Amino acid sequence: MNQSEQNTHAPAGVQPILQARNLVKRYGHVVAIDHAEFELYPGEILAVIGDNGAGKSSMIKALTGALKPDAGEILLEGKRVEFESPLEARAAGIETVYQNLALSPALSITDNMFLGREKRSEGFLGKYFRKLDRDFMRREARKHLNALGLLTIQNIDQPVETLSGGQRQGVAIARAVAFGSRVVIMDEPTAALGVKESRKVLDLILDVKRRGLPIVLISHNMPHVFEVADRIHIHRLGRRACVIRPQDYSMSDAVAIMTGAKEAPVH
Amino acid sequence: MTDGANPAGRAGPAEQERVLASTSQQEHVSFDDERRTPLKRFQQFLHANPTTIPFIVLALSIVLFSAIVGSRFFHPFNLSLVLQQVTIIAILGTAQTLIILTAGIDLSVGAIMVLSSVVMGRLAVLAGLPVPLAFMLGLLVGVACGLLNGFLVARLKLPPFIVTLGTWSIFGALNLWYSASQTIRQQEVAEAAPFLQFTGTAFNFLGARITLGSILMLIIAAFIWYLLNRTAFGRHVHATGDDPEAAKLAGINVTGTLIAVYTLAGFICSIAAWALIGRIGAISSISGATANLDSITAVVIGGTSLFGGRGSIIGTLVGALIVGVFRNGLALAGADSLWQEFAIGLLIIVAVAIDQWIRKVSA
Repeated sequence: MNQSEQNTHAPAGVQPILQARNLVKRYGHVVAIDHAEFELYPGEILAVIGDNGAGKSSMIKALTGALKPDAGEILLEGKRVEFESPLEARAAGIETVYQNLALSPALSITDNMFLGREKRSEGFLGKYFRKLDRDFMRREARKHLNALGLLTIQNIDQPVETLSGGQRQGVAIARAVAFGSRVVIMDEPTAALGVKESRKVLDLILDVKRRGLPIVLISHNMPHVFEVADRIHIHRLGRRACVIRPQDYSMSDAVAIMTGAKEAPVH
Repeated sequence: MTDGANPAGRAGPAEQERVLASTSQQEHVSFDDERRTPLKRFQQFLHANPTTIPFIVLALSIVLFSAIVGSRFFHPFNLSLVLQQVTIIAILGTAQTLIILTAGIDLSVGAIMVLSSVVMGRLAVLAGLPVPLAFMLGLLVGVACGLLNGFLVARLKLPPFIVTLGTWSIFGALNLWYSASQTIRQQEVAEAAPFLQFTGTAFNFLGARITLGSILMLIIAAFIWYLLNRTAFGRHVHATGDDPEAAKLAGINVTGTLIAVYTLAGFICSIAAWALIGRIGAISSISGATANLDSITAVVIGGTSLFGGRGSIIGTLVGALIVGVFRNGLALAGADSLWQEFAIGLLIIVAVAIDQWIRKVSA
């Protein structure tokens, strides 16, 4: 069946904010992405699930500029884009929260929030001596953490390594939200966390959604996916098998489709 | 302990329960400062303020040696001697700090310094080049050496230890070849290129003899401190040493940062060459033989972690002073110089052990 004819439960008449059409990536004889389709709509949480090796990481990498597809196109708000690097995707407003968080443990929360996009002071010292505007960065970091209800973090200057796993995840998410103007992609945000901290991170994800930012959530955790996702993109054998709504299917159905034990639904 | 010997024995079981309760609670609440032991809190304090230990060690060593050798230690002349001995090591130490912060190591800093000094000296004194030109070419040699190290480490991804072990030999051999193992005497330098000895110029400060070389050391240290603590580049140096993968994902040009760090270190080494000429007056291909390891010693004793990402310039200055005070104090006390080496060796091992212990806070 042609993927583009699938019922993806897309909202009618709305343009996807991020879209991939007919994406292909081959490594020698291995086809990592096999004519894959992808759509993310404004304001939604789209979960992407798939077995290990199904090619969901490759597809996400293509969307974030970490991998250059052999064929197909990527559209951001309807305009075709070609990312040469993750930096370009970031500049276009697509922020990724990586599984390893990409935080520097010995640096402070503020330093981490602005890592790689530090703000220089206005005026002479900033211009000629490249002095950082540390007060500005502290204020902004505090503002963004507060906005997401991460008030429990007392000292904005404390090194990230002194935070718990959930708090670190919070800092990484706050960073993505602070700079991600269009899309936030989260790779397994709850994989390394305990029950309590997972709960907080899920609340955080819902909070980010309420702020209007669409989220791509890559996860293996079915209860988490079914709890927060609006639509679930099931990836199998390098392509999209189907898109389901959590209210229409059970978790075991989703796993069965994912592993091929059950046919993808045809509407 | 018997009940008789312990008047508070009745509190024993209750105390035990409280401890048990607090430990079981700790499993659930991992961010509870109240329940930490004093040792744990001390460990945390050191983790937040890693330069505390070098300052304590410096203070203790000063107290120790003033107790052993008396007022001779505090004589202004002796203190200025310590400062002069420390100057070269401290300048190389700032270069070494930059590199160790990126989780690297530079065994070639001493060799770069000597090569630069020989190039400056031979071009100015023997080849008769204008002194400013000879000086600039000497600096350029330092920059080129650093750039080579940086290229091999960052682009070819070779381990810094091996790269600089190799370039140490190469720069050393080039130095012997170019200098023909000859020494340019102090008198010759003073006649043909007094500018090269300028850093040896001394002035009197409260009875102590301070050289311009020491002032130069402070200027370099202040500059590198600013770079590390007040600019984006400094943050990138820390992040690169801390976790290069995370740094890359955060959008930092890790390769460029590493090349810049090694090149800057090479430049600082060539500035150290200027201070070296000022200190010994003559230009010799065999001076500064122990400078490599002494610079690493100063950095490590100063609390900078060999695993990268954490450390400070101030710590390195204090570390260099500790080395200077130990060498000077033991010499004044009449100990054989072999005991200086013994003490420095002990200091290194203790410093690394403390660093390991402090790092466990985050584990």
